Amino acid sequence: FYLTPPQVNSILKANEYSFKVPEFDGKNVSSVLGFDSNQLPANAPIEDRRSAATCLQTRGMLLGVFDGHAGCACAQAVSERLFYYIAVSLLPHETLLEIENAVESGRALLPILQWHKHPNDYFSKEASKLYFNSLRTYWQELIDLNSGETTDVKEALINAFKRLDNDISLEAQVGDPNSFLNYLVLRVAFSGATACVAHVDGVDLHIANTGDSRAMLGVQEEDGSWSAVTLSYDHNAQNKHEVERVKTEHPKSEEKNLVKQDRLLGLLMPFRAFGDVKFKWSIELQKRVIESGPDQLNDNEYTKFIPPNYHTPPYLTAEPEVIHHKLRPQDKFLVLATDGLWETMHRQDVARIVGEYLTGVHHQQPIAVGGYKVTLGQMHGLLAERRARISSVFEDQNAATHLIRHAVGNNEFGTVDHERLSKMLSLPEELARMYRDDITIIVVQFNSHVIGACQNEE
Amino acid sequence: AAGMFLRLLSDVRWRAANPKWRRMTCCWRSASSTAEPHPVSLPAQAQVVICGGGIMGTSVAYHLSKMGWKDIVLLEQGRLAAGTTRFCAGIVSTARQVSIELKMADYSNKLYQQLEQETGVNTGYVKTGSISLAQTQDRLISLKRIASSLNVMGIPCEIITPKQVAQLHPLINIHDLVGAMYVPEDALVSSANVSLALATAASRNGVQIHERTSVSHVSVQKGRVAAVETDRGEIKCQYFVNCAGQWAYELGHSGEEPVNIPLHACEHFYLLTHPLKEPLASNLPTIVDPDGRIYIRNWQGGILSGGFEKNPKPLFTEGRNQLEIHNLQEDWDHFEPLLSALLRRMPDLEALQIMQLVNCPESFTPDMRCIMGESPTVRGYFVLAGMNSAGISYGGGAGKYLAEWMVNGYPSENVWPLDLKRFGTLQSSRTFLRHRVMEVMPLICDLKVPRWDFQTGRQLRTSPLYDRLDAQGARWMEKHGFERVKYFVPPGKDLLDLGQSKTFYKPDWFDIVGSEVKCCKEAVCVIDMSSFTKFEISSTGDQALESLQYLFSNDLDVPVGHVVHTGMLNENGGYENDCSIARLSKRSFFMISPTDQQVHCWAWLKNRLPDDSNLTMEDVTWKYTALNLIGPRAVDVLSELSYAPVTPEHFPSLFCKEMSVGYANGIRVMSITHTGEPGFMLYIPIEYALHVYNEVMNMGQKYGIRNAGYYALRSLRIEKFFAFWGQDLDAFTTPMECGREFQVKLEKGMQFVGQEALLEQKQNGVYKRFTMFILEDHDTDMDLWPWWGEPIFRNGRYVGKTTSSAYSYTLERHVCLGFVQHFDEKTGEELVVTTDFINQGEYEIDIAGQRFQAKAKLYPFSSLFAQRRRKDEVELSGYQRE
Repeated sequence: FYLTPPQVNSILKANEYSFKVPEFDGKNVSSVLGFDSNQLPANAPIEDRRSAATCLQTRGMLLGVFDGHAGCACAQAVSERLFYYIAVSLLPHETLLEIENAVESGRALLPILQWHKHPNDYFSKEASKLYFNSLRTYWQELIDLNSGETTDVKEALINAFKRLDNDISLEAQVGDPNSFLNYLVLRVAFSGATACVAHVDGVDLHIANTGDSRAMLGVQEEDGSWSAVTLSYDHNAQNKHEVERVKTEHPKSEEKNLVKQDRLLGLLMPFRAFGDVKFKWSIELQKRVIESGPDQLNDNEYTKFIPPNYHTPPYLTAEPEVIHHKLRPQDKFLVLATDGLWETMHRQDVARIVGEYLTGVHHQQPIAVGGYKVTLGQMHGLLAERRARISSVFEDQNAATHLIRHAVGNNEFGTVDHERLSKMLSLPEELARMYRDDITIIVVQFNSHVIGACQNEE
Repeated sequence: AAGMFLRLLSDVRWRAANPKWRRMTCCWRSASSTAEPHPVSLPAQAQVVICGGGIMGTSVAYHLSKMGWKDIVLLEQGRLAAGTTRFCAGIVSTARQVSIELKMADYSNKLYQQLEQETGVNTGYVKTGSISLAQTQDRLISLKRIASSLNVMGIPCEIITPKQVAQLHPLINIHDLVGAMYVPEDALVSSANVSLALATAASRNGVQIHERTSVSHVSVQKGRVAAVETDRGEIKCQYFVNCAGQWAYELGHSGEEPVNIPLHACEHFYLLTHPLKEPLASNLPTIVDPDGRIYIRNWQGGILSGGFEKNPKPLFTEGRNQLEIHNLQEDWDHFEPLLSALLRRMPDLEALQIMQLVNCPESFTPDMRCIMGESPTVRGYFVLAGMNSAGISYGGGAGKYLAEWMVNGYPSENVWPLDLKRFGTLQSSRTFLRHRVMEVMPLICDLKVPRWDFQTGRQLRTSPLYDRLDAQGARWMEKHGFERVKYFVPPGKDLLDLGQSKTFYKPDWFDIVGSEVKCCKEAVCVIDMSSFTKFEISSTGDQALESLQYLFSNDLDVPVGHVVHTGMLNENGGYENDCSIARLSKRSFFMISPTDQQVHCWAWLKNRLPDDSNLTMEDVTWKYTALNLIGPRAVDVLSELSYAPVTPEHFPSLFCKEMSVGYANGIRVMSITHTGEPGFMLYIPIEYALHVYNEVMNMGQKYGIRNAGYYALRSLRIEKFFAFWGQDLDAFTTPMECGREFQVKLEKGMQFVGQEALLEQKQNGVYKRFTMFILEDHDTDMDLWPWWGEPIFRNGRYVGKTTSSAYSYTLERHVCLGFVQHFDEKTGEELVVTTDFINQGEYEIDIAGQRFQAKAKLYPFSSLFAQRRRKDEVELSGYQRE
């Protein structure tokens, strides 16, 4: 069984999406030129999600990747809801009041986000009312609090993450009279998702990360080479600080059971996540909710299963770590990707492949004959070789697709091997997950001119 | 690297070898030496100032001075022949598609050949001949068409086999060739030296040449050139000639009164090599391989090879300093496809060593034809630029025609296809030019089949009905920026992908147009003809009538409501324009002209109408949508919509009435269709256009109404023997020569322009005659279709060329229109063409080398077409453009 190159391309390109920040009067004044994103499923259905949106009431752009586990319900909900929570957290008091008044009097609402979605990135229609009510409660509380201070982005991100996770948990406890919705909120709460979100506003880049997805900055050195700067910490067993944190949060007696086989309580790979109430609620609460829940939930062995050595919940949090980075002209792009990518590729290779892709031919040194003795035939051969190299780059119109092609198809020499690519993509559903994970990638390209100009102003 | 090349290409010794020259041209010589930059001051005034010391500027100076104008100053911002002229490949090729271009190239070739003898300057002229290769049958057809027109011009030329190609050139791989065209008299020159030779001769004739002098702008007073401002002071002058090449656009826009010269530069690459081991002979033919997009000439024992790639790189869109021309980069990756084509054509060159890849910008125009003539807005401002990579081939001829234009008021040939006035301000957008030239440059090598359309720079001017028609399957072509319908593809029959209609044979729209024609003949069709140029001329007293009576050949003192077909003639009686004029009231006239007359006609009238504030002329083109209602049932549709009697008894042919159609009032309805078919033209104020169109289509349903396009119109008018301006008629055609004496009132009681010439023709007869040809043994399905420009043979002798052709669905034959001349068999002298001469001949039309029998007619087949006419005055106009 063998896939032809066009078949491979159609698989790789099925979910690709590109967005270019619109130019105004021939100029792009944003520090972001645009982004490419794509995802390749290994699970069926895929459990990864991605989101991208422009904040309309404040400045800045939000981008995020979400890696779900135990189903896709939680990742789906987070991908729909998290950016609203962040946007609301960032809004000044007056705007919040204005929005609340509009809802109160039934007027048209100020749009908060402009989404940039692939047609496959769906929103749940049924739950929108429920989600909206939770969000409204949140901003009403923010209005009542009225700290009066200007919103700090870092704080806003942390608050939004925690609040959403809290709402997910509450909704599941309260339930919903509509049986479909009731089941939905329970599935959301009992499944889990990591989140890695970037907020870009001018030269200020904030990365809020919960879990083991990763953000990486591509930096072009003065000699033109590419290097990678990681802008997030993985929350898993490989992170000593994370293991330390978990240990300090629980009694000494539990220490040896907290992390087993590099997993939280021997079960969960990420050490931070949305949902996953099985690691957050007390045993009593879990039992009560499951018993009063619909039959499907009762029949599900996974949800009924209580983790062993479960004494002092919560063991899991959705609180992100936020890193702030001031963009510099040499910071050319940002890669947000779920662990499916980072398992297969070293960040240094990611930086090089994307960097060379984005600069494309322009980076190829032009040929000059100068004083050398070159024959027409030699030149012809040289040019043909250069063209072949370029055409392999230009097969993809999307940096994320290009990266996936390498992630899946790279041979030991670091070049794409079509045969390998074809094999990996034609694996039957049940086998695919053994060889690779879902991969979701967003590549954000920065506008060095604008960033340089901002820097000079400061 | 560029500097090295300059030394290589130009032979600088000629100046030393010619000591006489030094004394005569002190200003030039001293300007060339670096020590004293500007020892000679500029004159305070001159008759003519030419800007640009390339091949065009020097050629204009040469020809003007030859024709007796001496008070001429030529200004060059750098050094003579240092721009595109310096870098160009130096190929003189006469194989041209357009007849006027062919004539220019032929003249250039003959001029350059004797230039060294005349001036003593070594021009590097070598007669090498050229071979144009065909890799496909279609390409061969296209070459055969060119060969036919070269042969009747007396330029030796033959179609040869691949084997013969191999005999003429030792290095060529002929395995993928189907044939070729050999033009033995084509030549190579050193273009810079040709330019210097022309400058030398001009200088001897008194032309002053100043290098390192740049023109900043041209001052205009009362619509005329007054002076030229330079970085070294002002020169007062009567004439200015813009030969600034790729800078012509910017220079044109630098003054207060902008002169729009639509051209744009693209990078152009060619390769120079070291000599072969056995150096190539200097008289080896130049190879043109259009399917490979390359040309190859011998150069100093090696080769020079360049081409016209599919993905050109436009440059200087924002306008740049000319110094950058020398700093342009070689781009080997860009050149790769052309290099591949070169090595495929001449595989033995693999081992040849590269010397340099030259990047030499060239300027291109929106329609691939050069730009010459006088500005429509500034009198005395002439232009010669935009050579589309053929500057050396055209240089001599173009300079000659422009010089004639300046000295005599018009060139000795019809140059309308090259006239600056074919463009208006609508072609002056930088974005438009940038996009269009990216299409034009590859087109130089592309196969040109009948009726190709530009794809870029479209949808600029549209009728308010554009979307409606488009939704109904309209296929579009463009004229003067205006979108016009070719035909309508019926629903569910989307056969027309572009590739298929690109043919020299029967096109795929044949049946579609046929059914539109049938509907025009049997029911009623509506054609949107809004692109027509429309002027209103009115006055407080009789000024309008008096002026128009003088400027137009027909009698315009007709009762109000009459429509008159008339020519707007020049002094020689030739058609400057062909139009319909409706007398709206005693003192106002509504004038309809062809679409591309908008600039030319306006300038012509503006320059000739008296300067009288009581006489106004307004361009109302944009104010009216024009719908042509053609067919026997048009009368029914119109009468139902207007509740007015419009039968021929009440509304005879050639009348104009303002009436209401549907709810809309003030529609100008004229009983003409420009096809000879019954029907009406509706001139509708644009805000009513959609309403009237909808009403017409609704009401017309029961009469079988449908949309039709210009292809149907063309078939109708050609089978009726209607000539139209720009295709059949031009400034060198008089009404007498095309059977339109009835549109001239020689005795209208007052003088008019061209009257004397016409009187003389009436007395002495004409030297060419517009004739209609019906192809006899032509198989529409199998044979090549005629287009235009096919040679006409009478009793085996060449007598003229066709100007247009169409398939007549009524006659079921092809009809060609064209002019027949009578050359004396011995002397070749032109003789008077009589009716007998036309009627007593056996005719053949040559389509790409194949001759088809044709029947000549001087009058249309009136019997074939049942017509309802009140008067015997037939509508004989038709200036619909193709």
